[in-house]
Amino acid sequence: MPVYKPTAIPASEITPRQLFNDRRRFMQIAAGASLAALLPPSVWAADNKLAGVKNPAYTVPEELTPYKDVTSYNNFYEFGTGKDDPAKNAGSLKTRPWTVTVEGEVKKPQVFDLDTLMKMAAIEERVYRLRCVEAWSMVVPWLGFSLAELIKQVEPTGKAKFVEFISLNDPSQMPGQQTSVLAWPYREGLRIDEAMHPLTLLTFGLYGELLPNQNGAPIRVVVPWKYGFKSAKSIVRIRFTEQQPVTSWMLAGPGEYGFYSNVNPTVDHARWSQAKERRIGEFLRRKTLMFNGYEQEVAALYTGMDLTANF
Amino acid sequence: MALKNLSNQTLAWLKRGVFLLALVPLGNLAVAGFTDGLGANPIEKITRSTGYWTLTLLLITLSITPLRKLSGWQWPVRLRRMLGLFAFFYACLHFSMYLVVDQFFDWEGIVKDIVKRPYITVGFPAFLLMLPMAITSSDGMIRRLGGKRWRQLHRLAYLCAIGGVVHYWWLVKKDLTNPITFALLLSVLFGLRLFYVAKDAIKRRRNADTGTAAR
Repeated sequence: MPVYKPTAIPASEITPRQLFNDRRRFMQIAAGASLAALLPPSVWAADNKLAGVKNPAYTVPEELTPYKDVTSYNNFYEFGTGKDDPAKNAGSLKTRPWTVTVEGEVKKPQVFDLDTLMKMAAIEERVYRLRCVEAWSMVVPWLGFSLAELIKQVEPTGKAKFVEFISLNDPSQMPGQQTSVLAWPYREGLRIDEAMHPLTLLTFGLYGELLPNQNGAPIRVVVPWKYGFKSAKSIVRIRFTEQQPVTSWMLAGPGEYGFYSNVNPTVDHARWSQAKERRIGEFLRRKTLMFNGYEQEVAALYTGMDLTANF
Repeated sequence: MALKNLSNQTLAWLKRGVFLLALVPLGNLAVAGFTDGLGANPIEKITRSTGYWTLTLLLITLSITPLRKLSGWQWPVRLRRMLGLFAFFYACLHFSMYLVVDQFFDWEGIVKDIVKRPYITVGFPAFLLMLPMAITSSDGMIRRLGGKRWRQLHRLAYLCAIGGVVHYWWLVKKDLTNPITFALLLSVLFGLRLFYVAKDAIKRRRNADTGTAAR
Protein backbone atom coordinates (compact mmCIF):
# COMPACT_ATOMS: atom_id res chain seq x y z
CA MET A 1 0.00 0.00 0.00
CA PRO A 2 1.53 3.34 -1.00
CA VAL A 3 2.01 5.55 1.98
CA TYR A 4 2.87 9.22 1.77
CA LYS A 5 6.31 9.79 3.20
CA PRO A 6 7.15 13.39 4.03
CA THR A 7 10.64 14.37 3.00
CA ALA A 8 12.91 14.60 5.97
CA ILE A 9 13.75 18.12 7.11
CA PRO A 10 17.52 18.51 7.17
CA ALA A 11 18.92 19.30 10.58
CA SER A 12 20.40 22.51 9.19
CA GLU A 13 16.90 23.79 8.50
CA ILE A 14 15.60 23.33 12.03
CA THR A 15 15.41 26.52 14.05
CA PRO A 16 17.31 26.15 17.32
CA ARG A 17 14.99 26.11 20.31
CA GLN A 18 16.65 29.21 21.76
CA LEU A 19 15.94 31.27 18.64
CA PHE A 20 12.42 29.88 18.33
CA ASN A 21 11.58 30.87 21.88
CA ASP A 22 13.24 34.26 21.52
CA ARG A 23 11.23 34.97 18.42
CA ARG A 24 8.05 34.25 20.31
CA ARG A 25 9.09 36.53 23.11
CA PHE A 26 10.11 39.25 20.65
CA MET A 27 6.67 39.09 19.05
CA GLN A 28 5.01 39.33 22.45
CA ILE A 29 7.09 42.31 23.50
CA ALA A 30 6.51 44.02 20.16
CA ALA A 31 2.76 43.42 20.40
CA GLY A 32 2.71 44.67 23.96
CA ALA A 33 4.75 47.75 23.12
CA SER A 34 2.61 48.74 20.15
CA LEU A 35 -0.52 48.28 22.26
CA ALA A 36 0.95 50.35 25.05
CA ALA A 37 1.81 53.11 22.59
CA LEU A 38 -1.86 53.47 21.76
CA LEU A 39 -2.90 53.96 25.37
CA PRO A 40 -2.64 57.17 27.37
CA PRO A 41 0.43 57.24 29.63
CA SER A 42 -1.68 57.07 32.78
CA VAL A 43 -2.76 53.56 31.92
CA TRP A 44 0.52 51.93 31.05
CA ALA A 45 2.32 53.81 33.77
CA ALA A 46 -0.21 52.60 36.32
CA ASP A 47 1.93 50.93 38.89
CA ASN A 48 0.25 48.53 41.21
CA LYS A 49 3.42 47.77 43.13
CA LEU A 50 3.44 48.52 46.83
CA ALA A 51 6.61 48.29 48.85
CA GLY A 52 6.71 47.41 52.51
CA VAL A 53 9.41 46.84 55.08
CA LYS A 54 9.37 43.29 56.36
CA ASN A 55 8.31 43.13 60.00
CA PRO A 56 10.08 40.03 61.34
CA ALA A 57 8.10 40.11 64.59
CA TYR A 58 4.92 39.52 62.60
CA THR A 59 6.18 37.03 60.06
CA VAL A 60 5.09 33.45 60.66
CA PRO A 61 7.78 31.00 59.56
CA GLU A 62 5.41 29.04 57.33
CA GLU A 63 5.26 28.46 53.64
CA LEU A 64 3.33 31.18 51.79
CA THR A 65 0.14 30.20 50.01
CA PRO A 66 0.79 30.80 46.29
CA TYR A 67 -0.34 34.18 44.92
CA LYS A 68 -2.64 32.41 42.48
CA ASP A 69 -4.56 30.68 45.27
CA VAL A 70 -4.68 33.78 47.46
CA THR A 71 -6.25 35.73 44.61
CA SER A 72 -8.56 33.09 43.14
CA TYR A 73 -10.11 31.40 46.18
CA ASN A 74 -12.03 34.06 48.08
CA ASN A 75 -15.08 34.59 50.20
CA PHE A 76 -16.36 38.03 49.23
CA TYR A 77 -20.13 37.70 48.90
CA GLU A 78 -20.41 41.19 47.38
CA PHE A 79 -19.19 39.49 44.20
CA GLY A 80 -20.98 36.14 44.54
CA THR A 81 -21.02 33.21 46.93
CA GLY A 82 -18.77 30.88 44.92
CA LYS A 83 -15.09 30.81 45.81
CA ASP A 84 -14.09 31.77 42.27
CA ASP A 85 -16.81 34.43 41.87
CA PRO A 86 -14.84 37.35 43.39
CA ALA A 87 -11.89 36.84 41.03
CA LYS A 88 -14.33 36.67 38.10
CA ASN A 89 -16.62 39.56 39.06
CA ALA A 90 -14.58 42.05 41.06
CA GLY A 91 -13.32 43.85 37.95
CA SER A 92 -16.35 46.16 38.19
CA LEU A 93 -15.15 47.61 41.50
CA LYS A 94 -13.73 51.14 41.17
CA THR A 95 -11.06 51.66 43.80
CA ARG A 96 -10.14 55.28 42.94
CA PRO A 97 -11.14 57.84 44.03
CA TRP A 98 -11.83 56.31 47.45
CA THR A 99 -12.46 57.89 50.80
CA VAL A 100 -12.87 56.46 54.26
CA THR A 101 -15.13 58.32 56.68
CA VAL A 102 -14.10 58.02 60.31
CA GLU A 103 -16.86 59.09 62.67
CA GLY A 104 -18.72 58.43 65.91
CA GLU A 105 -17.13 58.62 69.32
CA VAL A 106 -13.94 60.42 68.24
CA LYS A 107 -12.65 63.91 68.91
CA LYS A 108 -11.49 64.37 65.33
CA PRO A 109 -13.95 62.81 62.89
CA GLN A 110 -12.53 63.01 59.37
CA VAL A 111 -12.95 61.93 55.80
CA PHE A 112 -9.66 60.49 54.62
CA ASP A 113 -8.64 60.22 51.04
CA LEU A 114 -7.11 56.81 50.42
CA ASP A 115 -3.77 58.22 49.27
CA THR A 116 -3.48 60.36 52.40
CA LEU A 117 -4.38 57.40 54.54
CA MET A 118 -1.71 55.22 52.94
CA LYS A 119 0.96 57.77 53.86
CA MET A 120 -0.09 57.98 57.50
CA ALA A 121 2.51 55.43 58.61
CA ALA A 122 5.25 53.28 57.14
CA ILE A 123 3.91 50.32 55.19
CA GLU A 124 5.06 47.00 56.61
CA GLU A 125 4.96 43.52 55.16
CA ARG A 126 3.54 41.00 57.59
CA VAL A 127 3.05 37.32 56.97
CA TYR A 128 -0.10 36.18 58.76
CA ARG A 129 -2.06 32.98 58.95
CA LEU A 130 -5.61 33.36 57.67
CA ARG A 131 -8.15 30.91 59.06
CA CYS A 132 -11.59 30.82 57.48
CA VAL A 133 -14.61 29.79 59.55
CA GLU A 134 -15.15 27.11 56.86
CA ALA A 135 -12.06 25.29 58.17
CA TRP A 136 -9.52 26.12 55.49
CA SER A 137 -6.49 28.35 55.90
CA MET A 138 -3.77 30.24 54.05
CA VAL A 139 -0.56 32.12 54.79
CA VAL A 140 -0.54 35.58 53.22
CA PRO A 141 2.07 38.35 53.02
CA TRP A 142 -0.02 41.47 53.67
CA LEU A 143 1.04 45.11 53.31
CA GLY A 144 -0.18 47.79 55.67
CA PHE A 145 0.28 49.20 59.13
CA SER A 146 -1.41 48.78 62.50
CA LEU A 147 -4.94 50.12 62.59
CA ALA A 148 -3.88 51.73 65.88
CA GLU A 149 -1.98 54.36 63.86
CA LEU A 150 -5.24 55.62 62.40
CA ILE A 151 -7.17 55.29 65.64
CA LYS A 152 -4.60 57.46 67.48
CA GLN A 153 -5.02 60.21 64.88
CA VAL A 154 -8.79 60.54 65.37
CA GLU A 155 -8.60 60.42 69.18
CA PRO A 156 -11.45 58.20 70.41
CA THR A 157 -13.50 59.59 73.28
CA GLY A 158 -14.03 57.78 76.57
CA LYS A 159 -17.28 56.39 75.19
CA ALA A 160 -15.61 54.61 72.27
CA LYS A 161 -15.94 50.96 73.33
CA PHE A 162 -16.27 49.40 69.88
CA VAL A 163 -15.22 50.01 66.29
CA GLU A 164 -17.57 49.24 63.42
CA PHE A 165 -16.33 48.70 59.86
CA ILE A 166 -18.74 49.34 57.02
CA SER A 167 -17.96 48.15 53.52
CA LEU A 168 -18.98 49.69 50.22
CA ASN A 169 -22.66 49.35 49.32
CA ASP A 170 -23.09 49.72 45.57
CA PRO A 171 -24.85 46.94 43.67
CA SER A 172 -23.73 48.45 40.36
CA GLN A 173 -20.11 47.79 41.30
CA MET A 174 -20.77 44.77 43.48
CA PRO A 175 -23.13 42.43 41.62
CA GLY A 176 -23.50 40.09 44.60
CA GLN A 177 -25.37 42.84 46.42
CA GLN A 178 -28.26 42.39 44.01
CA THR A 179 -29.22 39.38 46.10
CA SER A 180 -29.97 39.59 49.80
CA VAL A 181 -27.70 36.74 50.81
CA LEU A 182 -26.33 39.03 53.55
CA ALA A 183 -27.56 42.32 55.04
CA TRP A 184 -25.82 45.01 52.97
CA PRO A 185 -23.70 46.94 53.51
CA TYR A 186 -21.38 44.38 55.02
CA ARG A 187 -20.72 45.31 58.64
CA GLU A 188 -18.07 44.01 60.96
CA GLY A 189 -16.78 45.14 64.30
CA LEU A 190 -14.14 44.82 66.98
CA ARG A 191 -13.84 45.79 70.58
CA ILE A 192 -11.69 48.91 70.87
CA ASP A 193 -8.80 47.05 72.53
CA GLU A 194 -8.90 44.45 69.75
CA ALA A 195 -8.86 47.22 67.17
CA MET A 196 -5.93 48.90 68.94
CA HIS A 197 -3.94 45.68 69.14
CA PRO A 198 -0.76 46.00 67.05
CA LEU A 199 -1.60 42.78 65.18
CA THR A 200 -4.76 44.32 63.72
CA LEU A 201 -3.56 45.46 60.33
CA LEU A 202 -5.01 48.21 58.18
CA THR A 203 -4.23 46.60 54.87
CA PHE A 204 -3.61 48.04 51.41
CA GLY A 205 -1.75 45.29 49.62
CA LEU A 206 -0.46 41.74 49.43
CA TYR A 207 2.47 40.02 47.76
CA GLY A 208 4.19 43.34 47.04
CA GLU A 209 1.29 44.92 45.20
CA LEU A 210 -1.91 46.85 45.87
CA LEU A 211 -4.80 44.63 46.98
CA PRO A 212 -6.43 42.90 44.04
CA ASN A 213 -10.13 43.80 43.98
CA GLN A 214 -11.19 40.28 45.00
CA ASN A 215 -9.08 40.55 48.16
CA GLY A 216 -10.88 43.62 49.49
CA ALA A 217 -9.37 46.53 47.56
CA PRO A 218 -8.49 49.24 48.16
CA ILE A 219 -8.52 49.07 51.95
CA ARG A 220 -9.41 46.37 54.44
CA VAL A 221 -8.50 45.17 57.88
CA VAL A 222 -6.81 41.87 58.71
CA VAL A 223 -7.39 40.47 62.18
CA PRO A 224 -5.34 37.28 62.10
CA TRP A 225 -6.56 35.66 65.32
CA LYS A 226 -10.20 35.77 64.25
CA TYR A 227 -12.06 33.90 61.51
CA GLY A 228 -11.64 35.50 58.11
CA PHE A 229 -15.08 37.11 57.88
CA LYS A 230 -14.15 39.42 60.79
CA SER A 231 -11.64 41.14 58.51
CA ALA A 232 -13.87 43.62 56.66
CA LYS A 233 -13.03 44.40 53.03
CA SER A 234 -13.44 47.48 50.80
CA ILE A 235 -14.08 49.69 53.83
CA VAL A 236 -15.73 53.10 53.35
CA ARG A 237 -16.68 53.93 56.93
CA ILE A 238 -15.17 53.34 60.35
CA ARG A 239 -17.43 54.20 63.24
CA PHE A 240 -16.58 54.33 66.94
CA THR A 241 -19.50 53.35 69.16
CA GLU A 242 -20.43 52.77 72.75
CA GLN A 243 -22.70 49.83 71.92
CA GLN A 244 -21.50 46.56 70.44
CA PRO A 245 -22.23 46.70 66.71
CA VAL A 246 -24.44 44.07 65.09
CA THR A 247 -22.52 42.53 62.22
CA SER A 248 -23.85 41.14 58.94
CA TRP A 249 -22.91 37.59 59.92
CA MET A 250 -24.51 37.90 63.35
CA LEU A 251 -27.74 38.83 61.56
CA ALA A 252 -27.30 35.96 59.10
CA GLY A 253 -26.87 33.30 61.77
CA PRO A 254 -27.08 34.49 65.38
CA GLY A 255 -26.38 31.00 66.71
CA GLU A 256 -23.50 30.38 64.34
CA TYR A 257 -21.51 33.61 64.06
CA GLY A 258 -20.78 35.53 67.22
CA PHE A 259 -19.33 38.99 67.66
CA TYR A 260 -15.94 37.68 68.81
CA SER A 261 -15.40 34.79 66.40
CA ASN A 262 -11.91 34.12 67.68
CA VAL A 263 -10.22 31.14 66.07
CA ASN A 264 -10.66 28.44 68.68
CA PRO A 265 -10.23 24.70 68.04
CA THR A 266 -12.22 23.84 71.17
CA VAL A 267 -15.34 25.83 70.29
CA ASP A 268 -17.06 24.31 67.28
CA HIS A 269 -19.24 26.03 64.75
CA ALA A 270 -22.86 25.11 65.34
CA ARG A 271 -22.68 22.67 62.43
CA TRP A 272 -19.06 21.65 61.99
CA SER A 273 -15.86 21.09 63.95
CA GLN A 274 -13.19 23.78 64.18
CA ALA A 275 -10.54 21.43 65.59
CA LYS A 276 -8.77 20.99 62.26
CA GLU A 277 -8.31 22.92 59.07
CA ARG A 278 -7.14 22.32 55.54
CA ARG A 279 -4.21 24.53 54.65
CA ILE A 280 -4.69 25.39 50.99
CA GLY A 281 -2.18 23.31 49.04
CA GLU A 282 -1.95 20.56 51.65
CA PHE A 283 -3.59 17.16 51.41
CA LEU A 284 -4.51 16.22 54.97
CA ARG A 285 -5.98 18.49 57.58
CA ARG A 286 -3.76 20.05 60.20
CA LYS A 287 -4.68 20.97 63.77
CA THR A 288 -6.11 24.45 64.27
CA LEU A 289 -4.14 26.53 66.76
CA MET A 290 -5.69 28.51 69.62
CA PHE A 291 -6.26 32.10 68.43
CA ASN A 292 -4.85 30.88 65.12
CA GLY A 293 -1.39 30.65 66.69
CA TYR A 294 -1.46 34.18 68.11
CA GLU A 295 -2.30 33.07 71.65
CA GLN A 296 0.78 34.69 73.18
CA GLU A 297 -0.07 38.04 71.68
CA VAL A 298 -3.83 38.19 72.22
CA ALA A 299 -4.92 35.78 74.97
CA ALA A 300 -4.64 38.60 77.54
CA LEU A 301 -7.48 40.44 75.78
CA TYR A 302 -9.86 37.72 76.92
CA THR A 303 -8.75 36.91 80.45
CA GLY A 304 -11.64 35.71 82.54
CA MET A 305 -13.98 35.58 79.57
CA ASP A 306 -16.04 32.50 78.76
CA LEU A 307 -14.96 31.88 75.18
CA THR A 308 -17.72 29.32 74.57
CA ALA A 309 -20.47 31.75 75.56
CA ASN A 310 -18.70 34.62 73.78
CA PHE A 311 -18.03 32.69 70.57
CA MET B 1 -46.25 6.58 19.26
CA ALA B 2 -42.73 5.80 18.17
CA LEU B 3 -41.26 6.80 21.49
CA LYS B 4 -43.52 4.55 23.48
CA ASN B 5 -41.69 1.37 22.68
CA LEU B 6 -38.12 1.34 21.51
CA SER B 7 -36.55 -1.55 19.69
CA ASN B 8 -34.01 -3.54 21.66
CA GLN B 9 -31.31 -2.22 19.43
CA THR B 10 -32.24 1.43 20.02
CA LEU B 11 -32.44 0.77 23.71
CA ALA B 12 -28.98 -0.80 23.70
CA TRP B 13 -27.57 2.30 22.06
CA LEU B 14 -29.44 4.53 24.46
CA LYS B 15 -27.99 2.61 27.38
CA ARG B 16 -24.48 3.06 26.04
CA GLY B 17 -25.13 6.79 25.58
CA VAL B 18 -26.49 7.23 29.11
CA PHE B 19 -23.57 5.23 30.49
CA LEU B 20 -21.06 7.57 28.85
CA LEU B 21 -23.07 10.65 29.82
CA ALA B 22 -23.12 9.59 33.45
CA LEU B 23 -19.32 9.37 33.35
CA VAL B 24 -18.95 12.96 32.13
CA PRO B 25 -18.84 14.54 35.62
CA LEU B 26 -16.04 12.16 36.61
CA GLY B 27 -14.27 12.85 33.32
CA ASN B 28 -14.53 16.59 33.92
CA LEU B 29 -12.94 16.20 37.33
CA ALA B 30 -10.16 14.06 35.87
CA VAL B 31 -9.44 16.56 33.09
CA ALA B 32 -9.52 19.45 35.56
CA GLY B 33 -7.20 17.47 37.82
CA PHE B 34 -4.60 17.09 35.07
CA THR B 35 -4.89 20.68 33.82
CA ASP B 36 -4.72 22.45 37.19
CA GLY B 37 -8.40 23.28 36.87
CA LEU B 38 -9.64 22.21 40.29
CA GLY B 39 -8.76 25.52 41.92
CA ALA B 40 -7.06 26.26 45.20
CA ASN B 41 -8.99 23.64 47.15
CA PRO B 42 -9.26 20.58 44.88
CA ILE B 43 -10.45 18.33 47.70
CA GLU B 44 -13.43 20.54 48.42
CA LYS B 45 -14.16 20.78 44.70
CA ILE B 46 -14.16 16.99 44.23
CA THR B 47 -16.26 16.43 47.35
CA ARG B 48 -18.81 19.05 46.31
CA SER B 49 -18.98 17.85 42.73
CA THR B 50 -19.42 14.15 43.55
CA GLY B 51 -22.07 15.04 46.15
CA TYR B 52 -23.90 17.21 43.65
CA TRP B 53 -23.95 14.44 41.05
CA THR B 54 -25.06 11.82 43.58
CA LEU B 55 -28.14 13.91 44.31
CA THR B 56 -28.74 14.78 40.68
CA LEU B 57 -28.57 11.14 39.56
CA LEU B 58 -30.72 10.07 42.49
CA LEU B 59 -33.41 12.54 41.47
CA ILE B 60 -33.18 11.48 37.82
CA THR B 61 -33.59 7.86 38.94
CA LEU B 62 -36.63 8.80 40.99
CA SER B 63 -38.18 10.66 38.08
CA ILE B 64 -38.35 7.51 35.94
CA THR B 65 -41.63 6.19 37.36
CA PRO B 66 -43.46 9.54 37.18
CA LEU B 67 -42.11 9.94 33.65
CA ARG B 68 -43.51 6.55 32.69
CA LYS B 69 -46.90 7.40 34.11
CA LEU B 70 -46.98 10.81 32.47
CA SER B 71 -45.79 9.70 29.05
CA GLY B 72 -46.82 6.09 28.90
CA TRP B 73 -43.29 5.20 27.80
CA GLN B 74 -42.00 1.88 29.05
CA TRP B 75 -38.34 2.08 28.11
CA PRO B 76 -37.12 4.59 30.73
CA VAL B 77 -37.58 1.89 33.36
CA ARG B 78 -34.90 -0.11 31.56
CA LEU B 79 -32.40 2.69 32.30
CA ARG B 80 -33.33 3.04 35.95
CA ARG B 81 -30.97 0.45 37.41
CA MET B 82 -27.97 1.94 35.65
CA LEU B 83 -28.86 5.46 36.77
CA GLY B 84 -29.38 4.30 40.34
CA LEU B 85 -26.06 2.49 40.33
CA PHE B 86 -24.34 5.60 39.01
CA ALA B 87 -25.87 7.60 41.86
CA PHE B 88 -24.38 4.98 44.19
CA PHE B 89 -21.05 5.21 42.35
CA TYR B 90 -20.82 8.98 42.90
CA ALA B 91 -21.98 8.54 46.49
CA CYS B 92 -19.08 6.11 47.02
CA LEU B 93 -16.60 8.61 45.60
CA HIS B 94 -18.13 11.34 47.77
CA PHE B 95 -17.91 9.17 50.89
CA SER B 96 -14.35 8.10 50.07
CA MET B 97 -13.27 11.73 49.94
CA TYR B 98 -14.64 12.16 53.45
CA LEU B 99 -13.21 8.87 54.74
CA VAL B 100 -9.75 9.11 53.23
CA VAL B 101 -8.94 12.76 52.66
CA ASP B 102 -11.03 14.50 55.27
CA GLN B 103 -10.73 12.08 58.16
CA PHE B 104 -7.96 9.75 56.99
CA PHE B 105 -9.61 6.68 58.54
CA ASP B 106 -9.95 8.38 61.91
CA TRP B 107 -12.85 6.15 62.96
CA GLU B 108 -13.20 7.87 66.30
CA GLY B 109 -13.48 11.22 64.54
CA ILE B 110 -16.02 9.78 62.14
CA VAL B 111 -18.21 8.42 64.94
CA LYS B 112 -18.01 11.81 66.64
CA ASP B 113 -19.01 13.52 63.40
CA ILE B 114 -22.00 11.21 62.94
CA VAL B 115 -23.20 11.94 66.45
CA LYS B 116 -22.43 15.65 66.56
CA ARG B 117 -22.73 17.03 63.03
CA PRO B 118 -26.34 17.05 61.92
CA TYR B 119 -25.43 17.15 58.23
CA ILE B 120 -23.31 14.02 58.67
CA THR B 121 -25.93 12.47 60.97
CA VAL B 122 -28.34 12.50 58.02
CA GLY B 123 -25.79 12.13 55.22
CA PHE B 124 -24.11 8.98 56.49
CA PRO B 125 -27.29 6.86 56.89
CA ALA B 126 -28.53 8.17 53.56
CA PHE B 127 -25.38 6.68 52.05
CA LEU B 128 -25.72 3.42 53.99
CA LEU B 129 -29.33 3.01 52.80
CA MET B 130 -28.04 2.94 49.24
CA LEU B 131 -26.07 -0.23 50.00
CA PRO B 132 -28.99 -2.70 50.21
CA MET B 133 -30.40 -1.28 47.00
CA ALA B 134 -27.08 -1.59 45.19
CA ILE B 135 -26.66 -5.17 46.46
CA THR B 136 -30.14 -6.19 45.35
CA SER B 137 -29.92 -4.54 41.96
CA SER B 138 -29.12 -7.68 39.99
CA ASP B 139 -31.75 -9.72 38.12
CA GLY B 140 -30.98 -12.70 40.36
CA MET B 141 -31.67 -10.70 43.51
CA ILE B 142 -34.93 -9.35 42.10
CA ARG B 143 -36.02 -12.91 41.43
CA ARG B 144 -34.91 -14.11 44.84
CA LEU B 145 -36.70 -11.30 46.68
CA GLY B 146 -39.78 -11.34 44.54
CA GLY B 147 -41.07 -8.25 42.77
CA LYS B 148 -43.19 -6.95 45.60
CA ARG B 149 -40.59 -7.14 48.34
CA TRP B 150 -37.95 -5.81 45.99
CA ARG B 151 -40.10 -2.78 45.18
CA GLN B 152 -40.73 -2.16 48.86
CA LEU B 153 -37.01 -2.30 49.59
CA HIS B 154 -36.23 0.08 46.77
CA ARG B 155 -38.55 2.72 48.13
CA LEU B 156 -35.53 3.45 50.33
CA ALA B 157 -34.38 5.59 47.42
CA TYR B 158 -36.80 8.25 48.59
CA LEU B 159 -35.31 8.24 52.07
CA CYS B 160 -31.84 8.53 50.53
CA ALA B 161 -32.90 11.51 48.47
CA ILE B 162 -34.51 13.26 51.45
CA GLY B 163 -31.42 12.56 53.54
CA GLY B 164 -29.21 13.84 50.74
CA VAL B 165 -31.12 17.09 50.31
CA VAL B 166 -31.19 17.75 54.07
CA HIS B 167 -27.47 16.91 54.24
CA TYR B 168 -26.79 19.54 51.55
CA TRP B 169 -29.12 22.07 53.15
CA TRP B 170 -27.41 21.80 56.54
CA LEU B 171 -23.85 22.09 55.34
CA VAL B 172 -24.25 25.20 53.20
CA LYS B 173 -23.01 28.31 54.97
CA LYS B 174 -25.51 30.83 53.65
CA ASP B 175 -26.39 30.52 49.98
CA LEU B 176 -29.23 27.97 49.88
CA THR B 177 -29.99 28.27 46.15
CA ASN B 178 -28.86 24.75 45.23
CA PRO B 179 -30.36 22.89 48.21
CA ILE B 180 -33.67 24.68 47.69
CA THR B 181 -33.69 23.71 44.01
CA PHE B 182 -33.10 20.06 44.90
CA ALA B 183 -35.79 20.21 47.59
CA LEU B 184 -38.33 21.66 45.15
CA LEU B 185 -37.58 19.06 42.49
CA LEU B 186 -37.89 16.31 45.06
CA SER B 187 -41.25 17.64 46.26
CA VAL B 188 -42.51 17.72 42.68
CA LEU B 189 -41.52 14.06 42.28
CA PHE B 190 -43.19 13.23 45.58
CA GLY B 191 -46.29 15.16 44.55
CA LEU B 192 -46.57 13.28 41.27
CA ARG B 193 -46.18 9.97 43.02
CA LEU B 194 -48.85 10.80 45.59
CA PHE B 195 -51.13 11.97 42.79
CA TYR B 196 -50.84 8.63 41.01
CA VAL B 197 -51.27 6.68 44.23
CA ALA B 198 -54.47 8.63 44.95
CA LYS B 199 -55.67 8.23 41.39
CA ASP B 200 -55.14 4.46 41.52
CA ALA B 201 -56.93 4.25 44.85
CA ILE B 202 -59.94 6.14 43.48
CA LYS B 203 -60.00 3.96 40.40
CA ARG B 204 -59.88 0.81 42.54
CA ARG B 205 -62.73 2.06 44.72
CA ARG B 206 -64.81 2.98 41.69
CA ASN B 207 -64.24 -0.48 40.27
CA ALA B 208 -65.22 -1.96 43.59
CA ASP B 209 -68.31 0.27 43.66
CA THR B 210 -69.42 -0.73 40.20
CA GLY B 211 -68.82 -4.34 41.22
CA THR B 212 -71.29 -4.00 44.06
CA ALA B 213 -73.66 -1.68 42.22
CA ALA B 214 -75.93 -4.56 41.34
CA ARG B 215 -77.02 -5.12 44.91
